[in-house]
Amino acid sequence: METLKYIIKRILQTIPLLIIVSIISFFIIRLSPVDPLAELKLNPSISPVTVERERQRLGLDKPIIIQYGKWAYSFVRGDLGVTSTGERVSQKLKERIPNTLLLTSIVILLTWIVGVPLGIIAAVHWKTAFDRILTVLTSIGMAIPSFFFAVLLLLFAVKTGWFPIGGLTSPNFADLNFGQKFIDIAYHLILPVFVLFTISLASLQRQMRANMLDVLDSDYVKFARAKGLPEWIVIYKHALRNAINPMITLLGFEFAGLLSGAALTEYVFQYPGLGRLILEAVLKSDINLVMASLMMGAVMLVTGNLIADILLIITDPRIRVKS
Amino acid sequence: MIKEVLQQLWKDKFARAALIILGFIYLSLLFADFIAPYTKDFSDRTMAYVPPSKIFTIDENGKLSKPYTYNYIREFDEENLSIKYKLDRSKKHYIKFFVKGQSYKFLGLIPSKIHLFTTDKEGRIFLLGTDINGRDVFSRLLFGGRISMTIGFLSLFVLFPIGLLYGGISGYFGGKIDMIMMRFAEAIMSIPSFYLLIILASILPSGMTSTQRFLLIVIILALIGWAGFARVVRGMVLSIKNQEYVQAAQAIGASRLRIIIKHILPQTTSFVIVAMTLSIPSYILSESGLSFLGLGIQQPDASWGNMLKEAQEFTNILYRPWLLTPGFLIFVSVLAFNLIGDTIRDVLDPKSKVR
Repeated sequence: METLKYIIKRILQTIPLLIIVSIISFFIIRLSPVDPLAELKLNPSISPVTVERERQRLGLDKPIIIQYGKWAYSFVRGDLGVTSTGERVSQKLKERIPNTLLLTSIVILLTWIVGVPLGIIAAVHWKTAFDRILTVLTSIGMAIPSFFFAVLLLLFAVKTGWFPIGGLTSPNFADLNFGQKFIDIAYHLILPVFVLFTISLASLQRQMRANMLDVLDSDYVKFARAKGLPEWIVIYKHALRNAINPMITLLGFEFAGLLSGAALTEYVFQYPGLGRLILEAVLKSDINLVMASLMMGAVMLVTGNLIADILLIITDPRIRVKS
Repeated sequence: MIKEVLQQLWKDKFARAALIILGFIYLSLLFADFIAPYTKDFSDRTMAYVPPSKIFTIDENGKLSKPYTYNYIREFDEENLSIKYKLDRSKKHYIKFFVKGQSYKFLGLIPSKIHLFTTDKEGRIFLLGTDINGRDVFSRLLFGGRISMTIGFLSLFVLFPIGLLYGGISGYFGGKIDMIMMRFAEAIMSIPSFYLLIILASILPSGMTSTQRFLLIVIILALIGWAGFARVVRGMVLSIKNQEYVQAAQAIGASRLRIIIKHILPQTTSFVIVAMTLSIPSYILSESGLSFLGLGIQQPDASWGNMLKEAQEFTNILYRPWLLTPGFLIFVSVLAFNLIGDTIRDVLDPKSKVR
């Protein structure tokens, strides 16, 4: 019951946060000298009626506070306006967000499956050759610019022809049956996942190793050893549980970093995700689309942090007691 | 304390290698005008996408000779419909050291013409080939490095005072002020930083001089990073502000701003140093990412990121691999900064065992 109450409180806290985010983003975008409707007006396939409706919806002739109010009201109602090419923004987001979520969740899953055990092994075998080699490898992983790595992998894909060069689906995707579709998507995901995986693995492994080393140094682990418990019980039953808790907090940060890192990777691989969408929108100064994807990015990030916090409440009883 | 840190850095062999590499890079950037055979804006339109010059030290008779190079000539291959570059073996161009070449102003102040190396008037020496406009990649690497390698430091100098003061005030005053200030900082942190970065960069007006653009990008980078830093500072201030010496200062009647700046913030110095060195690489990466997308440093100015922009085309990465060199330089310098940052953290915080 206490847990549930805390979780609800934590969820309610995100609402003012998102309101502040929306105010900040709204004013940043309005700082720009670009007329939000310029692109729409220039597009001959858009009727003046649509442009007029947008002007009404955004309240462009009114003071900026009212503009914000109008924008927020229609955002909450799910009306995000139209892009400069006349498509509905909400439709566009619906296509792109699942792709970004797919990419980032696969990366997070993989980094945890690989990074956590590697961190544990490195900590247990502290200062051995294995540990040192891992440290060198993670240093390298942290230093490669994501877009440069992506470019190098593309070069590799072009030269060998082993991997598709960008996109999420093959041209004949619509004709495939379910199993083939699945394989096709997985095949296209390999390279972008690999780029983001390499980059986020490094910091995760280091953090896990540091946590584990801290815990292995603590008194209760020494006591467990002194008691004569077998080493694997000491490590996997006593030490690991405490070492993994800070990692769950990190999950939120990792998600934030991935959203940013994914933008460049998506761009290089022509991957149809949210990051590339916002980038294209920025380059075309498509205000509606920029604003909506910025907000969705923030919502995703806040949700990621929320999930991490809730997980932490479940795994770490101390937090429940404190609250 | 700084002397001790430097000593420790020198003892660690990885950190020493990193220091030497960075020192070498920064020295070359400082003397870029002198080392580069061409100026930043020099372009030879007939020499677009020329491969790196071949340097010969043994002449056609098999005898040792002064180093010389041949120019490339462009030929159209009618069969494959492609452009080919051939060495023009009719004329040798000897490479000369410490001679007069294109004029420049050393560090923008002292006019000079002496270059480390160059070749004769008709000859061209392109150590790392040329780009689409026939500009020497090697020279531009040096000039671009000046921007890429300083932008992070400059952003830090904007960001740290803001973060320190913001976190200090928020933590010291507490209560409602703290709550409002922290909600605002959290809101900034809730926007995926790269999204915010490209949006801020895209609203920069287009008619700016390159210096103005450079400075604004410095400020934008700082605007992205201060919030997280301020939050950590606030946490530290919270734990420091109840200590007795702070209470003593309060009893004497020191003003609150004075207590924050003179008594509390200096306690966070070692954290600030660690945070600074650890965050330099991320600024180098951010700038290069931004310029790679075409939103950062603009042509004709060079930065490692915007030089890599050409690597977005398949034909370039396949047939002109020399255009990828800025990426390796970014990698090397970020790696070096990371190694130094790790060692500094070890020295200042002996408990941490991240390495």
